Amino acid sequence: MYVIDLVTRKTGWEIIAPNLITLIFGLGAFAAIVILIFLLAERTSVRAQEWVKYLVFLVPAVALLLIGLIYPAIRTLILSFMNADSERFVGFENYIWAFTRPEIVQVLTNTAIWVIVVPIASTFIGLVIAYVTDRMKTAAVVKSLIFMPMAISMVGASIIWKFVYDFEPNLKKTDIGLLSSISKALGVNPPNWLLENPLNTFLLIVVMIWIQTGFAMVVLSAAMKNIPDEVVEASMLDGASQLKRFVQITVPMIRASIVVVLTTITIGTLKVFDIVRTMTGGNFSTNVIANEMYSQTFRALNYGTGSALAIILFLGVVPIIWYNIRQLRLERTER
Amino acid sequence: MSTQSAKPVKTKVKLSTPEGRKKMKDAFSSPWASAAAIVIAMLWTIPTFGLLVSSFRPEKDINATGWWMFFVQPNFTLENYESALFQGTAVTPPLSQYFFNSFAITLPAAIFPLTLAVFAAYALAWFDFKGKNFIFFSIFALQVIPLQMSLVPLLQLFAKGLMIGEDVIIPPLGITGTYIPIWIAHTIFALPLAIFLMHNFLSQIPRELIEAARVDGAGWFTLFRQIVFPLSVPAIASFAIFQFLWVWNDLLVGLTFGGGVKDIAPLTVRLAEMVGTRGSNWEVLTAGAFISMIVPLIVFFALQRYFVRGLLAGSVKG
Repeated sequence: MYVIDLVTRKTGWEIIAPNLITLIFGLGAFAAIVILIFLLAERTSVRAQEWVKYLVFLVPAVALLLIGLIYPAIRTLILSFMNADSERFVGFENYIWAFTRPEIVQVLTNTAIWVIVVPIASTFIGLVIAYVTDRMKTAAVVKSLIFMPMAISMVGASIIWKFVYDFEPNLKKTDIGLLSSISKALGVNPPNWLLENPLNTFLLIVVMIWIQTGFAMVVLSAAMKNIPDEVVEASMLDGASQLKRFVQITVPMIRASIVVVLTTITIGTLKVFDIVRTMTGGNFSTNVIANEMYSQTFRALNYGTGSALAIILFLGVVPIIWYNIRQLRLERTER
Repeated sequence: MSTQSAKPVKTKVKLSTPEGRKKMKDAFSSPWASAAAIVIAMLWTIPTFGLLVSSFRPEKDINATGWWMFFVQPNFTLENYESALFQGTAVTPPLSQYFFNSFAITLPAAIFPLTLAVFAAYALAWFDFKGKNFIFFSIFALQVIPLQMSLVPLLQLFAKGLMIGEDVIIPPLGITGTYIPIWIAHTIFALPLAIFLMHNFLSQIPRELIEAARVDGAGWFTLFRQIVFPLSVPAIASFAIFQFLWVWNDLLVGLTFGGGVKDIAPLTVRLAEMVGTRGSNWEVLTAGAFISMIVPLIVFFALQRYFVRGLLAGSVKG
């Protein structure tokens, strides 16, 4: 799959020129086709339009989804029951492999830790920040700063945190990592953060919490704005304390949004790949399912085990989305 | 009204008046809450801030002292950015090249799925045909499928085409090593959510408006061009920002559908590779990280309101 470029690299324009042509051609062709189809279709008779309209509006998207999503998903299911190069059926061998091989069991355990810790921690912190900044005058800047990690790539976030976790093995040199410096200032000799298991998994989890908290905060604070002022007013007149009001009024009133946030973050966390791959490469017992799926498929070139891991990931996502949809339905019927 | 009437009302806070609302705001924002919020915001910003400061320090300083020492010895340089952007190695182009690639991948990968999604949403919202609900629900359900599940067969499809037995359904396209597979892959993966959101929006267009135009003799295409599309521009813009950021920040699709070809890889792929090979060259990594983050940050801070709207509408993306 990988083309190794052994020739000395081309210079700026030699690369950009053909790429620019592809880009202009791609965008231009797309625009030209759309405009041409509209010009032609608008001239067809009213009767012809009754079927041409499906061809233009519906068929392209449906065809792409059939060929690019449904067919590949079914094929992955089949590949997961076949051997490495997809030549013979092996039954459940790949799945048995996944649940019995110690290093893969470790991968699944790590994924489980991620999926439990990240959604709960980010939703909780996000909820508290949303509550504290709700109806606060100068909250916009605070919220922007907490939300910012959501806009940058997980690769960028990983570099930011790798720098925080930087470890200096040479005792004579000054630490440049923030965490090492703080821990020395507190009189604790810093460990090699990203090598120490299970500490390293939690340090990677911190990165994901850092990213997802902003999302939780934004959604939950939008939900809090929808709580009618009368309800808040009534509780204030009753003399309810801040904490009491939070637990007894705010949280129950935005329960539906909390469920959406929890499930959305859970799904995102199940598929976490960039952070682990960038920060540890899945080494030092920090591996998770999406990264192992990548390694099995593209490093070990084992399509059987890679596909089985993809299916396990899928089976993890299904109940969460099912629960989410059921909650939304309940919500709608209640109204 | 004179200034005297601005006495605090102690017994009851009237929320229907602006003063009442202000009262309640005051009652909420205790100094402790403000302090806590500011501390959390600082805690959240320090890691990014540290990297940003480091990116402007000379290589010697970065490796000798922590970034906070910048405020003691403020040596400022743009050299890190200059060398990251314009100096490649013997086998890899400089980051400016990847910066271009990120744009070249992201623009079409945002425009294509949005166009197709608006089309499909229009059909599903306003055409009357059998199986409409089935198709709509199926597309909605497709969001369940994680990207990873379609990865390998879709890659094989691009490389080898599609065969059923001996019959060639789709011939090998010969597009590996160009942007095209990345565009198509992003388009496919974005479609379910985009169609769902656009459908929610388009189905809210008043029926009378559509029917009036139909009665006036507008065909389905004219109707779309003159009424439906102009009305859906705000929704499109909202989702476009979302999709733009999603594609710009993506690693997995760029990594796999780019086929490892350096000339077309986006910034994220190159950065992830640099962490692996030059993991302690902080002068390159700090500047590189910010080069990759500058566009999302501008988009984010300039269009935050739309971004939030898109996020609230589509908080199920995966």
